[in-house]
Formats: sequence, C-alpha cells, structure tokens
Amino acid sequence: MTTTTTSVRIGCGAGFAGDRIEPAADLLDRGDLDVLVLECLAERTIALGHRRRLKDPDQGYEPRLRARLSALLPHARRVPIVSNMGAANPTAAGEATRALARELGLELRIAVVTGDDVLDRIDLTAPALEDGRPLQDHGPVISANAYLGADALMPALAAGADVILTGRVADPSLFLAPLAHRLGWNLDDPPRVAAGTMVGHLLECAGHLTGGYFADPGRKDVPGLADLGFPFADVDTAGTATIGKLPGTGGLISRATVREQLLYEITDPAAYLTPDVVLDLRGVTVEDVRPDVVRVRGAAGRPRPGTLKVSVGYQAGHRAEAEISYAGPNARRRAELAGEIVATRLGRAGVHPRTGVIGTPDEECRLRVAAITPTPERADDVCHEVEALYTNGPAGGGGVRTRTDEVIGIVSTLLPREAVTPATHYLEVPGAHETA
Amino acid sequence: MRTKLHDIAHARAGDKGDTSTISVFPYRDEHYADLVRELTAEAVRRHLGTRGEVVRHELPNLHALHFVCRQSLEGGVTTSLALDTHGKTLSSHLLSLEIEVSD
Repeated sequence: MTTTTTSVRIGCGAGFAGDRIEPAADLLDRGDLDVLVLECLAERTIALGHRRRLKDPDQGYEPRLRARLSALLPHARRVPIVSNMGAANPTAAGEATRALARELGLELRIAVVTGDDVLDRIDLTAPALEDGRPLQDHGPVISANAYLGADALMPALAAGADVILTGRVADPSLFLAPLAHRLGWNLDDPPRVAAGTMVGHLLECAGHLTGGYFADPGRKDVPGLADLGFPFADVDTAGTATIGKLPGTGGLISRATVREQLLYEITDPAAYLTPDVVLDLRGVTVEDVRPDVVRVRGAAGRPRPGTLKVSVGYQAGHRAEAEISYAGPNARRRAELAGEIVATRLGRAGVHPRTGVIGTPDEECRLRVAAITPTPERADDVCHEVEALYTNGPAGGGGVRTRTDEVIGIVSTLLPREAVTPATHYLEVPGAHETA
Repeated sequence: MRTKLHDIAHARAGDKGDTSTISVFPYRDEHYADLVRELTAEAVRRHLGTRGEVVRHELPNLHALHFVCRQSLEGGVTTSLALDTHGKTLSSHLLSLEIEVSD
C-alpha cells in the first residue's frame, strides 16, 4: 500500500556503527517521524563482517545490532526503521531481529535486502579504480560488495516492512528510498532524486548535522554536546528540506553546520556519483530559518550511471603501532635517536617502519613507530623493539603502548548494473494479540 | 591585513580512499572574495605538504571553497600508517595558514 503525502519527516538515528543510541530513541518518542534511518556500515566494516561470517555462518552483521534494536524497537511503534546493519550477512541480521522481536513481544514485519554480495562475479584481474593495478595483486580478496541504490529498497517499503535490513547500499540511498516511497517520487526523475540524495547525504552522519564534530571553543561554540540531538528533515514533494532537531536537545543547526556536512567527503561538487543520480551541488542554497532550523534546496541531478561501484576487501597484512614518551630538555633528539635504533634493528629483518615524533619538542613528545608486516609475528617484533628501548634506548623513555591488528584493505571496481540483482525476503513476527 | 585563516574561516576535512577533501567557509560572506584570491590550490598544497594534485572548486552559491587533495592520506584509511588515518586533522592544520584580507 502506498500513501503519498505532501511532506515527510525522516530522521537519522545513527551516523556510524559506534554512535550513541539514546538520541535515536528520543527521535522515535518525540520526533513525530515517518521513518528512521540507522547508518552503521563503513567501507571496511563489511570486509571485517565477511571474516566473521567465514568463521560462523550466523555472524557477519553489525555486532551492535541487538543492543541498538533492543533499545529502539520498543520506541518505534510502527515507525519504519531502515538500516544497513545487515553488513556482510543481512539474512542473519534478519533472523537475529526476529528473535529479538519475539523476546520483546513485538509484532514485526522484517524485510531483508540482499544482492550486494558480488564476490562470485567480479573479475579479479580487472584494474582497481584507485591505482589501475589488478584487484588480485593487492592481496587475497575476501569480499566484494556492490553499492545498491534506492531501487533495491522499494519492494520492502511497498510491502510495509517495519524494519528493513540491508548490506551494502549507498548511504544516501537509504534515505532517498523512503522519501521516494512516501512522496510518490519516480526514481527516473533526476531533480527529485537529486534532492532526496542531498537530504540523505546531509543526514547520514547524524550528529554531524546538529553540531557534532563542529565545536571550536571561542570560535564555534556548540551547547550541550553531552546530550547532542540527532537530526531530522521535513522534505516536501518538490524536494525542499527543512532540517531540525528536537527541543531541549544539545547541539546546533545553522547554515555553518549544514554547509560543512553538505560538502563532507564530496570529491566533485558538480558530479557526485551515486547509484541513483549524478548529483550537482553547485546551485544549492542553505538558509537559516530560525535558531536550529535551516532550509536547504537547489540540488540538481543528471541520470544515474550505468555501472555500480563495488567495494573489494583484501587481506593487507598486520599492522603494528608502538609509542614511547620523552620529556624535558632535548626530548625530541632522544625520541629521534630511539626511532633510529628501532629502524636499524627492524631493517635487518626486512621491516621498514614509518617513524615519527608527536608532541611538543622540549616539553613532551612521543616516538611513534608503525609498520604493516605480512605476518602477526613480524608485527609483534615491531612492538617488542619499541618495548626494548626501556633498557637499550636513550635516557628517560616512558609510557610504552603497543597494539597490533589485522589490516583489511579496500579497493574499488565497477560492475554493469545488469550484473547486480537485488532481492528482498520477509520475516514475520505475528503479534500476541493478533486476530485472524 | 595579514591574518590567520582560523580568524575568518572554518573548515572540515573528509576522506575517500587516498583523497582528502577539505572545505573552507568564511564566517562572513564578504570574506569569500579574499579566500578566492589568497587560498589557491597551490597555497593549500604547499601548506599541507601533500605530494598529490590539489584541485580547488569554487562554490560562490555556498560561499565555500572545496579542495580535493589526491594521494594525501598515505594510501587511505584502511592501510595508512599515519596516526590520523582519515586525515581528519588536516582541516585544522589548514586553518593555521596566514593570508591577506581586505579589512
């Protein structure tokens, strides 16, 4: 069933996997939302998810899905929630959500969108967009996910799903799809698709739009960052967006905060490629309406590209990072000497670390040593060499901290749109009180 | 009058692969012309010491300059050995640049 209206209120309840949870519950309680989007999937996160899925076929979705949805579902009261928390395993994310809904006693229709996993159909000898080298030359490939567009979400929206879980979908498309559904927009209508894509781009980092990541005390003051409110947009049929947040929440919405987010991560303001449109932001205007309310309009668009971008994850080795502090007179010279000692010893083993000195010379500074090595054992060697400075290095070193982690690299390629086939399936949790 | 960019403008850095994007906004719209004159792509490239190409986009409608700095993130967030793998702090580094303003 499709009910088109003249204005839709869309909120963003998470801008990354580790985001705060309670601002989203507040939006559901008091925001009079039509839909809530939770954006929780960074480029590399999906490759990490594939690793977990290989070890356990029931894993691979966002690890905090249960914590986030158990906090939010009781507040949703049939406000649809759209999220890419499915990550590398949307189907398992759907099952986990169904189990959670049963525990909570909630009636729920869950839609799972798949089809982004294209590992079985990419050409590993194809050049990476980043450097032109064949994909497989970067390292053992572990994942390949196409950026699906808004069209992939339309069946789930039409079916009236309460929760829509996806894997890789372009972030703005998570927002464009419910806007198009509710406002009756045609996805072949570039001006409106451009407007909805711009709204998605503005909202997708949640607190970025409401004064998070903006404060510079004395220059750009933002009140109440400990209780930052998350944003919503009222979008009309023409695509004009009015950005706001809930009364009583911390943060700030102004022409300044909105402009910073508008251009964030945009590599070409005249041609930002998404699966839905080629977005042109040059004609956008941003105007303050009143405190914490800003109006945005004027995005333009050209028809969507014929190809979809594919994010390819590969094993890039093991990263070691180790630091040690030096202070007082001559601190920098001692830190540099420590770096030379470590580089000399690691060099004999064929490891050539990046060394650098961080901090204030002659007050306190830290030598930092970092390297990517083929094996975890070699990465441990880097850490051990920095620790050994305690008894083998310059005077007065202290505060050694070390860490190692596995590195998943990401490169990109393109696939013809026809090679990618999104699919949707549903999981129903009938209500305890449901009548036949 | 010479002034630090931080006194008249704010900035935000973003990343996409090995590319850093840095947008700069004057607090007062009338300083946009000063930024267009002073804050060239070459001035930004020199100040940040990046090895790749820097392209400047002028956005008069938004009173913003947007710099796209290729090969500026030591390979990008996933494989960089830098402490700030995203290059998030580049925007603040840029604000320490001194420029000439009209008043």
